[in-house]
Amino acid sequence: MSTVSMTVNGEAVCGKVESRTLLVQFLRENLGLTGTHVGCDTSQCGACVIHVNGKSVKSCTMLAIQADGADVTTIEGLANEAGLHPMQQAFMDNHGLQCGFCTPGMVMSALDIVNRSGHELDESTVRKELEGNICRCTGYHNIVKAVQAGAKAMGGS
Amino acid sequence: MYEFNYRKVASVAAATEAMQQAEDGKFMAGGQTMLPTMKHRLASPSDLIDLGGVAELTGISVENENLIVGAMTTHAAVAASAEVQQAIPALARLAGNIGDPAVRNRGTLGGSIANHDPAADYPAAVIALGATVQTSKRAISAEEFFTGMFETALEDDEIVTSVSFPLPEAAAYMKFENPASRYAIVGVFVAKTGGEVRVGVTGATACAHRGLRLEAALGGELDAGGIDAVELPVEQMNSDIHASAEYRAHLVKVMTKRAVEACQ
Repeated sequence: MSTVSMTVNGEAVCGKVESRTLLVQFLRENLGLTGTHVGCDTSQCGACVIHVNGKSVKSCTMLAIQADGADVTTIEGLANEAGLHPMQQAFMDNHGLQCGFCTPGMVMSALDIVNRSGHELDESTVRKELEGNICRCTGYHNIVKAVQAGAKAMGGS
Repeated sequence: MYEFNYRKVASVAAATEAMQQAEDGKFMAGGQTMLPTMKHRLASPSDLIDLGGVAELTGISVENENLIVGAMTTHAAVAASAEVQQAIPALARLAGNIGDPAVRNRGTLGGSIANHDPAADYPAAVIALGATVQTSKRAISAEEFFTGMFETALEDDEIVTSVSFPLPEAAAYMKFENPASRYAIVGVFVAKTGGEVRVGVTGATACAHRGLRLEAALGGELDAGGIDAVELPVEQMNSDIHASAEYRAHLVKVMTKRAVEACQ
């Protein structure tokens, strides 16, 4: 067992892990941050997307020990006392989810798109950039609308 | 995944030493194939030597008419690099269409070619551009580097350090991708360099390779007129649930024509 320490959603955390402990396992099982989901466990579905040092990664395909010293943001780090993050609010307003299982990964990937491509996103850009996130309920239509609306709202705030 | 010794190293020399000390070690670059392979228990190394902290393995530069990309440079970094977009725009586009954004933030050039998945994108570019793979021990030409399905010329303790791509006069990559995995069902990279036109093919057969029959039909020109008449060895093509051998042979020619047209 090794000790890892990292910053998760602004707080310093540490814990003991095996070498093979995945980052998503560490978040869910050691820290109790169960908003990050495990869908396929084979880096296809994107339910486990989080940000490590400001970039989106699939946390089922990274070891916890690789994130030693990193700055990690999960879905739990977005809302604050004032309310939901604009991207979360946009998913709610646009009915961008049904069962909700893929939503944390969708939101984290959406924020990565905004970081790289800005606040005015056309539909084809959003669809292309969400290739690594799978939703089995919605048919994506409202997710795309939500990402566009959320990006715009973030630019206005 | 079976437990292993995790070894974080800060230099190529330390990585080599860690490998020599390990009973059955493996190097890990971005881990986007290594970790899924270990989860499936298709690999169970005693030691996993993580190259993620080796700063000397990252970076992009243009020197003496060559684009040099460090082995641990991520696909996202190659895709977004102004230097790559200027020097070999087809390579930047290729990198920007590997996997998905989260995978591109971790996956690396060195990891891709050292793994040599027969459907990976980079090997086609390395071959068509006549690149040289620099390792911790030597320089290996593209054609000698890829030796078979998931096989390369690398020795067990040899690390890819960078890849040097001669700047082409024109280049384009066309991929017919699997819509789920975004791996190439067939990918063809065409490059004209120093008056010679080379074709790199991935996804079609067990091993990324030069399309010599296609090159002969092109005859050093970016004119796809003779491609339809090329006869490809269907019996050497991969056949699986995604595409039959006959369909792959057809796709190789279609992707070649599209790549040649995109070069113009």
